[in-house]
Amino acid sequence: MSEVQKFKVTIDNITIEVAPGTTILEAARKIGGEVAPPAMCFYSKLKGSGGKCRTCLVEVSKGSEKDPRPMPKLVASCRTTVMDGMEVKNITSEKVPDARAGVVEFLLLNHPLDCPICDQAGECHLQDLSYEHGREGTRYEFQKRVFKKHDLGPYIQLHMTRCILCYRCVFTADQLTNKRVHGILDRGDHAEIATHIEKALDNDFIGNVIDVCPVGALTDKTFRFKNRVWFTKPVDAHRDCPTCSGEVQLWMRGDEVFRVTARKDEWGEVKENSKGETGWICNECRFEKKHIHDWTIEGPSVINRHSVISQGHYVGITKPKETVQEVIGKEPRLLMDIHSVSQVNKPNIDLSLINGPAHSDDFNHPNTNGKQD
Amino acid sequence: MGIKLLLDKAHVEGIRYFDVYRREGGYRSVEKALKTMSPEAIVEEVKKSGLRGRGGAGFPTGMKWSFIAKPEGVPRHLVCNADESEPGTFKDRYLMEFLPHVLIEGLIISSFALGSNATYIYIRGEYAWIPDILEQAIAEAKANGFLGKNILGTGFDCEIYVQRGAGAYICGEETALIESLEGKRGNPRIKPPFPAIQGLWMRPTVVNNVETLAAVVPIINMGGEEYAKIGVGKSTGTKLISACGNINKPGVYEIDMTISVEEFIYSEEYCGGIANGKRLKACIPGGSSVPILPANLLFKTAKGETRYMNYESLSDGGFATGSMMGSGGFIVLDEDQCVVKHTYTLARFYRHESCGQCSPCREGTGWMEKILKKIDSGKGEMKDIDLLWDIQRRIEGNTICPLGDAAAWPVAAAIRHFRDEFEWHVLNPEESQKRNYGLAHYADAREVVA
Repeated sequence: MSEVQKFKVTIDNITIEVAPGTTILEAARKIGGEVAPPAMCFYSKLKGSGGKCRTCLVEVSKGSEKDPRPMPKLVASCRTTVMDGMEVKNITSEKVPDARAGVVEFLLLNHPLDCPICDQAGECHLQDLSYEHGREGTRYEFQKRVFKKHDLGPYIQLHMTRCILCYRCVFTADQLTNKRVHGILDRGDHAEIATHIEKALDNDFIGNVIDVCPVGALTDKTFRFKNRVWFTKPVDAHRDCPTCSGEVQLWMRGDEVFRVTARKDEWGEVKENSKGETGWICNECRFEKKHIHDWTIEGPSVINRHSVISQGHYVGITKPKETVQEVIGKEPRLLMDIHSVSQVNKPNIDLSLINGPAHSDDFNHPNTNGKQD
Repeated sequence: MGIKLLLDKAHVEGIRYFDVYRREGGYRSVEKALKTMSPEAIVEEVKKSGLRGRGGAGFPTGMKWSFIAKPEGVPRHLVCNADESEPGTFKDRYLMEFLPHVLIEGLIISSFALGSNATYIYIRGEYAWIPDILEQAIAEAKANGFLGKNILGTGFDCEIYVQRGAGAYICGEETALIESLEGKRGNPRIKPPFPAIQGLWMRPTVVNNVETLAAVVPIINMGGEEYAKIGVGKSTGTKLISACGNINKPGVYEIDMTISVEEFIYSEEYCGGIANGKRLKACIPGGSSVPILPANLLFKTAKGETRYMNYESLSDGGFATGSMMGSGGFIVLDEDQCVVKHTYTLARFYRHESCGQCSPCREGTGWMEKILKKIDSGKGEMKDIDLLWDIQRRIEGNTICPLGDAAAWPVAAAIRHFRDEFEWHVLNPEESQKRNYGLAHYADAREVVA
């Protein structure tokens, strides 16, 4: 067979070649940086996920080489596959930021702002998303929906009030465990994640629903209120586990192991383990092995999400890729940059000639040319 | 009298039963189609007829049928969408209740054309008594050799199954309907793949409205070209309109799409004018989700042309000054009706019926309902009206299925055409609780002309 044909797709002026069947979101993630749309519900390791949260909406300005018509609506990039010659606009689109801001506002309507007491704070995708695309205040002036907290078995607590109904945990329960008792009840904004008549989730791998939850709706009961994630240090470790690969990330403070999670990549998804499988970990590793002697420490984890958990760490921080220059084709002009000659205002004003700090007056009088007598 | 193709025998006594229906010329089209025509010829005939989907979107049926994938060895399915839940629409109920055999007849021909050996009728759960009627009709047809194995000796097998829904509006959306039919939660699927490629049990599936499938019967009987001569332009054939609201004669009417909206409301043959001698304020011409039109834009388009009851004329002017044919749920509001309360009622409906799968619709519908309730109860502020506009704008087009659009359009149209009524509610909170805003400048177009 000849070489597999590749599709050329241009996302925000950056062209990349990908295999047919790749979604726009996956192609954009290959480019990386700001070009990759945010995703709250899509999870590449879970079949059938995505399409629900609408944060990854992008504009397709050219359908393909064969059919160059633009798509009439914004499309969910996580569920739309690329075509040869497709042109996609994400951050360069005029419509996308507005639609995305709308989605973020909708997601936050019923989401409690209890970040100060939420265990997910610091590694919460909704937090990152609203920081980037949200408004400074809310326009919603009604009561938010409230649910009671439920214990799903001895290890997991469901705080439905925080849930954004991404369905990731439903897919996880469906695809990782053999006895699925986990699903959605009701519909609309009163829909809730629930187990079949309050059954406990007792599968060996069910703890992974905590890892896939983008918000703090599913939390680890062995870690709740023990520590803030940014005070703990992530360390790669492994053990000989009969159930799973045993390759995990320990969240430590001093010699104390506060929490055990699967290893995650820069998109917040569970990484592949050394055998090339998705690195889901078992309940025993996650909840029972909380002593440093249980584990063989490999070393500090590489953190490459630009979130608060990378703050204050010592080594192994890789910054997200900067793509702005490629997208707009030139050096970005920075509003807050300090230059001797302002790039933002009139170029003929030499700031070094102004006595003291510059005022708006200095730029407003064209005759004085910014210079004071 | 206009031309009647579907309801012409509706008043024959006992037409619900096979013997009477057969005596009145029923099942002729099945004999013609199965014995003398090939499936491709039937699809071609439907294409020629220009029949458009009667469920709301108005997509050409023949074209939809030609999209169905035909992989070797994979069964195909036809699904009849009888989940008629749009507020104001009750035409399919009438058809199924009084003329069940028309639907069964249409289903047999369509199943033959599409190669479906197992055809399903997904019926709205609230229509509790109709499945019995349909099942009886199916049993009668089967007893007379029109269903089951080897129909009329042609070697074509077909079974029709009736499946009741559980009372969800969202299951009228074709992919949600398929999910529900498979026994799952009625969440719309993300397209593509479209049902024509992967539908019911991942097999190629066509989902059509009850009226669309019933309309196949006259098309086969009279030929596609003859059928296309009825009506005007791309609005061919006849359409069932379920008229309700403040009119003298609510009910289901069959029209041939050449009559004007004015005639439809005021003639004795149809709605018989506004009830109690009141004046017309507004009208929703195609079921609750299409934009509402004030009286002055209802009879005449923005260009001053007469507006007719057909797909093109009703949508003339786009959403700015037009509306849609939709599913034919014709809701008339007289001068005593409050548009704000009316919009609130619709918003409440869509909030209740949103499946909760995608965030703009799940959260946005609830938000709109709360704001409309606030304005309706006299606690609104001016900024709420702009906020409503902003919310509907961000829901529309950003959702998985058209329910988001359906929830956004009524709110958008109400604000577009009746903004002063919303403002009056905000400015006169106490008075608005006692009386209705009245007609203002949406005065009865008839009166202005006279």
